[in-house]
Amino acid sequence: MDTTAMHIANGIVNGPVSAIFAVFAVVALAFCVRQARADLDDRLAPMAGLVAAFIFAVQMLNFQVLPGVSGHLLGGTLAVILVGPWVGALCVSTVLIVQCLLFADGGLTALGLNITNMALLGTAAGYVLVVALLRLLPKTPAGLGTTALIASIISVVVASQGFVLEYALGGTTELSLPWISGTMAGVHVLIGIGEGVIAATTVATVARVRPDLVYALRRFRKPVNVEVGAAA
Amino acid sequence: MSKRLGWFLAGGLLVALLLAGVVSSFASGSPDGLDYTAREGCTFNADGEITGGTCMAQQEGDHQLADSPLADYGIKGIDNEYLSTGLSGVLGVLITFAIGGGVFWLVRRRGQSAATATDTDQGR
Repeated sequence: MDTTAMHIANGIVNGPVSAIFAVFAVVALAFCVRQARADLDDRLAPMAGLVAAFIFAVQMLNFQVLPGVSGHLLGGTLAVILVGPWVGALCVSTVLIVQCLLFADGGLTALGLNITNMALLGTAAGYVLVVALLRLLPKTPAGLGTTALIASIISVVVASQGFVLEYALGGTTELSLPWISGTMAGVHVLIGIGEGVIAATTVATVARVRPDLVYALRRFRKPVNVEVGAAA
Repeated sequence: MSKRLGWFLAGGLLVALLLAGVVSSFASGSPDGLDYTAREGCTFNADGEITGGTCMAQQEGDHQLADSPLADYGIKGIDNEYLSTGLSGVLGVLITFAIGGGVFWLVRRRGQSAATATDTDQGR
């Protein structure tokens, strides 16, 4: 077995459950496309392409979290902050599809599972947290960075528990679910911290250079357009 | 698309290309969090084959596209590991940008600014 595989492989979750999640993923992504159209203008569309390409690059960078254990960014929270929830989910999905079809990473049968966990669950959790945190924290590069850090950690743990749910429904070996859940949550807290640092650095940098390109600074706030409009 | 946005995109793409093309060769080779959890409970020999125990990875099947030219983030036929990983990363970034950017551009809402957009949305 090679160690470059980073997502759920074929055979870990059985066929019927994988198929159900594949259908779920297709329906959810179709809904995301519908919602995303309202956000996608001439400026956000190329930005979303860049976010997808950036997430692909950073997903190659596995960092050590424990001896013998590594992790990589999933990207949901980062995408939500830069391009919004709907486009963000599509960005992460694009990366997962390219990785599966071209780089043989993440089983073809398991694609629906991987999209559900990382692109849908991870992004949804990131979205809820980013909206909540930006009500409390200042809309400055530092506030945005802190938001990215906290939201990333929780979003990664939520995504890891998506796998536990799928395994509970269609796991192919007899293993204790609480043990799987605990182990996944434990390592993914550490991975989430790493992801959080990367996401925080990235969004704080973009917020400093081009605050007008940060979706979270334009949309996730109470409608006091004048303030941010003037600052940008 | 404005010129300023063009510069930002070029800069961002350059960062992504450097990360995927150069930094990627220095990434950790250890199993990631999921893979680690999947392997817990089994024993492995030096080649990474399962020798006993019970773990999720036992049921792991081969990838349907394991023979693809870019499989496992390398380029088939290039033996130099740095070159193979780096080039596959560069290709991956460009392909993802082309596909992602292309699809988003096609489904985008026509019209100029976000401000005018809200008005048209309410019209429908």
